Amino acid sequence: MALTREQMAQRVARELKDGYYVNLGIGIPTLVANYVPDGIDVMLQSENGLLGMGAFPTEDELDADMINAGKQTVTARKGASIFSSAESFAMIRGGHVDLTVLGAFEVDANGNIASWMIPGKLIKGMGGAMDLVAGADNIIVTMTHASKDGESKLLKHCSLPLTGCGCIRKVLTDLAYLEIDNGHFILRERAPGVCIEEIVSKTAGPLIVPDDVIEMSF
Amino acid sequence: MSGLDKRVGSYAEALAGLTDNMTVLAGGFGLCGIPENLIGEIRRLGVRGLTVVSNNCGVDGFGLGVLLEDRQIRKMIASYVGENALFERQLLNGELEVELTPQGTLAEKLRAGGAGIPAFFTATGYGTPVAEGKEAREFNGRHYILEPAITGDFAIVKGWKADHFGNVIYRHTAQNFNPLVATAGRITVVEVEEIVEPGELDPAHIHTPGIYVDRIIQGSFEKRIEKRTLRA
Repeated sequence: MALTREQMAQRVARELKDGYYVNLGIGIPTLVANYVPDGIDVMLQSENGLLGMGAFPTEDELDADMINAGKQTVTARKGASIFSSAESFAMIRGGHVDLTVLGAFEVDANGNIASWMIPGKLIKGMGGAMDLVAGADNIIVTMTHASKDGESKLLKHCSLPLTGCGCIRKVLTDLAYLEIDNGHFILRERAPGVCIEEIVSKTAGPLIVPDDVIEMSF
Repeated sequence: MSGLDKRVGSYAEALAGLTDNMTVLAGGFGLCGIPENLIGEIRRLGVRGLTVVSNNCGVDGFGLGVLLEDRQIRKMIASYVGENALFERQLLNGELEVELTPQGTLAEKLRAGGAGIPAFFTATGYGTPVAEGKEAREFNGRHYILEPAITGDFAIVKGWKADHFGNVIYRHTAQNFNPLVATAGRITVVEVEEIVEPGELDPAHIHTPGIYVDRIIQGSFEKRIEKRTLRA
């Protein structure tokens, strides 16, 4: 079975380490905050200028001056700090964020990512995505392995305009967890009950399948 | 307004000198921390052909979105403009030009503009459409592109509290781009929720020192929430 959105978030959360500063993108990445393992404390960075994002507010806590990068109302946790957009991106660009999790349309075997623009459709902008991928060492991309029409999103070369080049080394899809190295995808883990043949058939880019692919468990 | 006292008595006075075809830098992220009354005054003035630099362009009927209604904006420099149907229509009609800029690069362009730095190298956007036509250079084995700074004729800023000298503090995440645009305007106008007596603000807690600020005015704010999200 392909992973649900919640299972994908759960799997990503296993990469969290105690003391990490983490930036979570919109969509599945946001759900990762719900699965921080017990005994681990992380600080969530929101690129509009908040380090230490807390839960959504109650009606009483609701404050128009307190939002996250997705423009949702939020709270600040104990130990949070708030700063300007330039300071926020100094943290990101300067490589101070330990883990960045974001979505994408396509990733390729050279670590290129396309996530912001589909030619012919209206272009809304890249927001902070280009800064995030250029600045972070440790990025996990979360996306479905193939489109609804069955087209692979793990390619030899991205077909869409790039968000960043040569910057992605880890991808979690609904079918598998893969690493990218030296022009190849390397299959590390498969979703429970998903066979390697299905992953191979849905991966358009060059794929290495080691002998010891782990079956994920939840 | 005299000497170091930056207070002005009306919004008309706050934006005196703003004319057609100027560049306006606006603080705010989404609808959070936007100078909503100064935007309203720009609308009332009816100036046209503006280049507006802001992370976003408001929504239909609120924030910078209201300046689209009478086609006052010629060019928008922003990182994300997806919340606005009128924006979309004017863009597709060719009535509006847009220069999409990565959010961190936009913030740094404004910071650099205010700090007297004409351009800087960043890895952000290298190898993407953003890099087209820009100088690229390698430092220590990594690739970077040269991004020019941004300054403007006017900066419009939303603060929380200011004193007579134009020392400003911001509230929570309404800070965002405000202290950056405040440094990069030839004339910087700050509207705040409260003007306090000099000495009331702790000097060590000032976000924007008064040296950057030319005019301050106290206003009242709707503070519309774009995505009201509550804990279940």
